[in-house]
Amino acid sequence: MTDLSTGTAEVAAGARAEAALAATRGRRRRFRAPAEDNRAAYVFLAPALVLIGLFFFLPVLAALALSFTDFDIYAVGDAGNARFVGLRNYAQLLDTPLFWQALRNTFYFALVGGPLSIAASLAAALLLNARLVRFKTFFRTVYFAPFVTTLVAVAIVWRYLYHTRYGLLNYLLDGVGLGPVDWLGDPRWAMPAVILMAVWKNFGYNMLIFIAGLQAIPEELYEAARIDGAGALQRFRHVTLPQLGPTLLFVGVITMIGYFQLFVEPYVMTMGGPLRATTSVVLLMYEEGFRWWRMGFAAAVAFVLFLVILAATFVQMRLQKREAA
Amino acid sequence: MRTAGAAAALLLLLAGCGGGGEEDEVVVRFWGMGREGEVVGELVPEFERQNPGIRVDVQQIPWSAAHEKLLTAYVGEATPDVAQLGNTWVPEFEALGALEPLDARVAASQAVRREDYFPGIWDTNVVGGRTYGIPWYVDTRVLFYRPDLLAAAGHPRPPQTWEEWRDALRRLKARMGPDRWPILLPTNEWPQPVILGMQSGEELLREGGRYGNFRGPGFRRGFEFYVGLFREGLAPTVSASEISNRYQEFERGNIAMFITGPWEIGEFSSRVAPSVPWATAPLPGPDGPGVSLAGGSSLVLFRGSRRKDAAWKLVEFLSRPEQQVRFYQLTGDLPPRRSAWRAPALAENRHAAAFRAQLDRVRPLPMVPESEQIVSKVFEQGERAARGQATVDEALATLDREVDRILEKRRWLLARRGEGEPRR
Repeated sequence: MTDLSTGTAEVAAGARAEAALAATRGRRRRFRAPAEDNRAAYVFLAPALVLIGLFFFLPVLAALALSFTDFDIYAVGDAGNARFVGLRNYAQLLDTPLFWQALRNTFYFALVGGPLSIAASLAAALLLNARLVRFKTFFRTVYFAPFVTTLVAVAIVWRYLYHTRYGLLNYLLDGVGLGPVDWLGDPRWAMPAVILMAVWKNFGYNMLIFIAGLQAIPEELYEAARIDGAGALQRFRHVTLPQLGPTLLFVGVITMIGYFQLFVEPYVMTMGGPLRATTSVVLLMYEEGFRWWRMGFAAAVAFVLFLVILAATFVQMRLQKREAA
Repeated sequence: MRTAGAAAALLLLLAGCGGGGEEDEVVVRFWGMGREGEVVGELVPEFERQNPGIRVDVQQIPWSAAHEKLLTAYVGEATPDVAQLGNTWVPEFEALGALEPLDARVAASQAVRREDYFPGIWDTNVVGGRTYGIPWYVDTRVLFYRPDLLAAAGHPRPPQTWEEWRDALRRLKARMGPDRWPILLPTNEWPQPVILGMQSGEELLREGGRYGNFRGPGFRRGFEFYVGLFREGLAPTVSASEISNRYQEFERGNIAMFITGPWEIGEFSSRVAPSVPWATAPLPGPDGPGVSLAGGSSLVLFRGSRRKDAAWKLVEFLSRPEQQVRFYQLTGDLPPRRSAWRAPALAENRHAAAFRAQLDRVRPLPMVPESEQIVSKVFEQGERAARGQATVDEALATLDREVDRILEKRRWLLARRGEGEPRR
């Protein structure tokens, strides 16, 4: 997964901007600024706009252009060997069984791993926020530690945990009388194994955000609910969850975006195997682009993934807004 | 005053850059990969002593980053003068126009003598009739096995033919039981299925590397043999990363046989307990000793270099039999020249003997830039068939279709050029 922290800043800024926009929408006409003030504003914005244009929009446009060519290893030597192929990369992509498999794997990972990860984060946050728990700082650090550990090191340790013959997991399963599972070798178990590791690795980050969200809920609400006779479960359902709404939306969107970009876990653990059961869209893109240097094709994969994430985020925002309403 | 001082300083700086003081010293930039890049530094002082006026600047690059780094260097016009190049990459860098043809230099050379090299290895450097690299060390695959287990199963000698081989594996399996395996063929490694497919003597690609030839009877025969080993339960369907420690499994008798390369001689010597016997043998073939893969690394000169003569001197130096023997002692990498093999260090190593015998029977991968991508498809389809997700026919049809698609660009380039090999 990509760096979550930059995404956080972006979304937070986006959310603020949206709120500000909504607030001013009604009064826009009255507060309209004179033309010369606008110009000054643009001058101040210019450095940022130029940088964003140069280092974000331009490369994205270049990649889009690349996806309409068959730029590859031959074209590295002589640009004359590249052809404009229109939408052929996209057509070929949709005609590649491996792409659909990668897409299925990615959805599997995001739709199972994402909610699991959020549930784990929320559970850990609730535990750490409970008044009875002692050594809170210690546990917070412990739970957060996996997130800041290098994934490569983690993957090596987990590969041993998953070992069919000597692994701890199979040892525990054996203890309760269950047969050994070929975690990373069986196409049916490889993805659950990757999900389990990813959830363990990443839940600490969202946990911190949830703790912050929980601490912002006024104590009076719980007190009032308790006086009204609400039990612990009811307090969670009718006070905690609604109050956490915005945090949940944020965590949900960010986690989904991150989980759709699954790459490092299968790259280190399984190289996409067995039988391509853990090949994600980003891993496919990496292979096409950086292993085989089919840059045009890889760019097409990137844009399809962009559209998928955009659509998924849109659906998610819609669902959560309807719930909130 | 201040500006004048700054200008003077600048002038001095420029003079320093231009002149460099010792004008007669030539610096040759050498890029080596992985362990070889590390070790070559120990050979360099001797070269510098013999060639005053030439200094070698060695840069070590990890294998995992080597391909990308070389490509980026080519695009950025920052290639070194001379480098170690995996010989499967030679066609690719030739297609880019990055490599200098070496035929004239070889013809004039006292040190590099073509007839002394194993022909299968030399051929991995020849593209379109021209030589672009000098073999530095070879990598081929042979059998590593437990002679004690094999003898107990009624095979005192290593198998020579596929029939004997399969019989030995079946007998081993009968003695080993369900959780142990006569042979390990990791499902994510391409050399094993590719070698077996090549052993019948047919080309992997047809029509000058324009189309896949995987449904042809030759490849098919080897592929069926490969898939059969899994389907019969003689090899486990596991990838290399799942095994974690193959030496331990070998030591415990959980696996009796591997197909692997020369670097494992060192690994086996240091990791397998001395009480456990192990041996090497050339690969069996369909009807007698079989071919194996012509792998390894070559030394290449880059077209963009301005110090080709000095760089060639380094190539000649490293190619000398006595330097190759030293290199073998430092790395365990096997030399590509027959004369180097006569040195006692190699002639007396009984584990290396199988490699020596195998080197007379090696064949390169197809000499096209796409070959690595193609062989990665071979193991993918091999795994599908081995796990029973596809029949042999389906897997081979898919393989031909995928390979034909990979080669589409090459066909277009060849058609555009009319005839011959694609070039810049």
